Amino acid sequence: MGRITLEAVTKRFGEVEVIPPLNLDIDDGEFVVFVGPSGCGKSTLLRLIAGLEDTSGGRILIDGKDATDTPPAKRGLAMVFQSYALYPHMSVRKNIAFPMRMAGVPQDEQDRRITAAAKALNLTDYLDRKPGQLSGGQRQRVAIGRAIVREPAAFLFDEPLSNLDAALRVGMRLEISELHNRLKTTMVYVTHDQVEAMTMADKIVVLRAGFIEQVGSPMDLYRAPKNLFVAGFIGSPKMNLIDGPEAARHGAHTIGIRPEHIAVSPTAGTWQGRVGVSEHLGSDTFFYVEGTGLAETITVRAGGDIDLHHGDTVFLTPDAAQMHRFDDTGARIA
Amino acid sequence: MATRQTAGLARLMRAPAIILLLIWMIVPLGMTLYYSFQNYNLLNPAAISWAGWFNYQYFVTDPAFMAAIRNTLVLVLGVLTITVVLGIAIALLIDKPIWGQGIVRILIISPFFVMPPVAALIWKNMIMHPSYGVFADIARFLGLQPVDWFAQYPLTSIVIIVAWQWLPFATLILLTALQSLDGEQMEAAEMDGAGAISRFVHLTLPHMARAITVVILIQTIFLLGIYAEILVTTNGGPGNASTNLTYLIYRAARLNFDIGGAAAGGIIAVILANLVAIFLMRAVGKNLD
Repeated sequence: MGRITLEAVTKRFGEVEVIPPLNLDIDDGEFVVFVGPSGCGKSTLLRLIAGLEDTSGGRILIDGKDATDTPPAKRGLAMVFQSYALYPHMSVRKNIAFPMRMAGVPQDEQDRRITAAAKALNLTDYLDRKPGQLSGGQRQRVAIGRAIVREPAAFLFDEPLSNLDAALRVGMRLEISELHNRLKTTMVYVTHDQVEAMTMADKIVVLRAGFIEQVGSPMDLYRAPKNLFVAGFIGSPKMNLIDGPEAARHGAHTIGIRPEHIAVSPTAGTWQGRVGVSEHLGSDTFFYVEGTGLAETITVRAGGDIDLHHGDTVFLTPDAAQMHRFDDTGARIA
Repeated sequence: MATRQTAGLARLMRAPAIILLLIWMIVPLGMTLYYSFQNYNLLNPAAISWAGWFNYQYFVTDPAFMAAIRNTLVLVLGVLTITVVLGIAIALLIDKPIWGQGIVRILIISPFFVMPPVAALIWKNMIMHPSYGVFADIARFLGLQPVDWFAQYPLTSIVIIVAWQWLPFATLILLTALQSLDGEQMEAAEMDGAGAISRFVHLTLPHMARAITVVILIQTIFLLGIYAEILVTTNGGPGNASTNLTYLIYRAARLNFDIGGAAAGGIIAVILANLVAIFLMRAVGKNLD
């Protein structure tokens, strides 16, 4: 079981309030991603759940029991750190065994769990190596192995993929998702990368300056961002946010339209402009269109085989059904 | 060194420095070796003759010799134990952020800047002196008989003085090692259920192994040659109670004017120091890989 409830949890460092009173429910077996720009308090929030930081107020419940003042080791949570935090002088086997050794798990049970974890994580051939002899992805798997063998109520991941190169990151993302499908254990995952959030999460928590901006499934956040911040943060490339008369025409202070919801035509459309930079990715093409009479450069996503280049004139037509409207406080107009 | 040419060139370029160092080392060593086989006493400098192994035999059979070896070992091991153990303890303490950290660190490092004879004299006359030393004052305040340190515990006193001088060095090296310990590792261990003592044993100590090795190796080199502290405090006495090998050689050369005997002692000291070095490198040197 791994149900985590935060009730008015607050964190202050001296005078600075980094987490204002915050409420959140994490259900058993859920994959929850905390996402937000750096300094938004997402790592602090994770460390509060882990018990590595003391709360300044409020309660943390794990499986209904108050764990606010429980030391980290007693909370039944396992954490995977950004720097992997492996013990450099111990072999992979000893690294994975360490939490069990500390908990006094019998030797044969330790061996059984190590073998199982090593098999699940493709580490069987590396058990006798030191962390220094492993690649980044392997180290990450050792760190995950060390977390798995504890059979925790929930896993906490603190930006675990940010030290890996792009290709490995995609691979590890899949592995972690598969792990979650297999174990069905609660996972709380912190990242600043909205792609990781979108691809892995059951539930995304978007944070800014310690405040929860929106909680919801990836597609909820994509389809109906509650405010400008979430609208700009979720989705890649970013949603086009347009102010001024064009927005007023739609009865809003700001309108948002995603790059994939704009039709491109060489002959006719709502906005006429010039192609600035065009990025041909093969499957897709991204155009950055200027000179439309709008203040903003408009990003457009089109098919991979479209034949438009820098300097060409294009016509853009936003899909009115997919348009998001926001008032002058940034909140969504329903 | 990618190619044979660059390797050869590199060898050529570094040759002058190596040759200079070699001369620097080989000439004094050769002269010492030469004199160790001569009958050469400054009281009768004209009568120089071949002595064969007599100087060695004389030095080794001196009743002070075995005492000096023993005292040298006690001195080195005693100071090493105190500096490493206390060094780790103090490093752990001052690693924590405290008010006035800068001043505390300077104060802790300052004994290292005091030259050995000065430090020894201060200890002798102001701290350990049986009538007006600080220790005597404390003893009297507690109603105890003051201890005459240099008469009753001569070697222990010198170990204390030398340890006081070398503690800053050990602390400094161990502190830097401690500061490079990854905080996330400690937190991971905390989450893994390791208590403070387990974390110290399983993480901190292994992390500091290399620094401890450095401290032991460097200190051993200097501690084998301790001399000034003995000269200004006990003069090697009472009897031979605080005579180490270095001081024994000094006594042969400068009190008995026996150049040949002192040279033989010097060669023996060099051999013993090398034995210690080989032993140490075998025992702890693997930590330096």
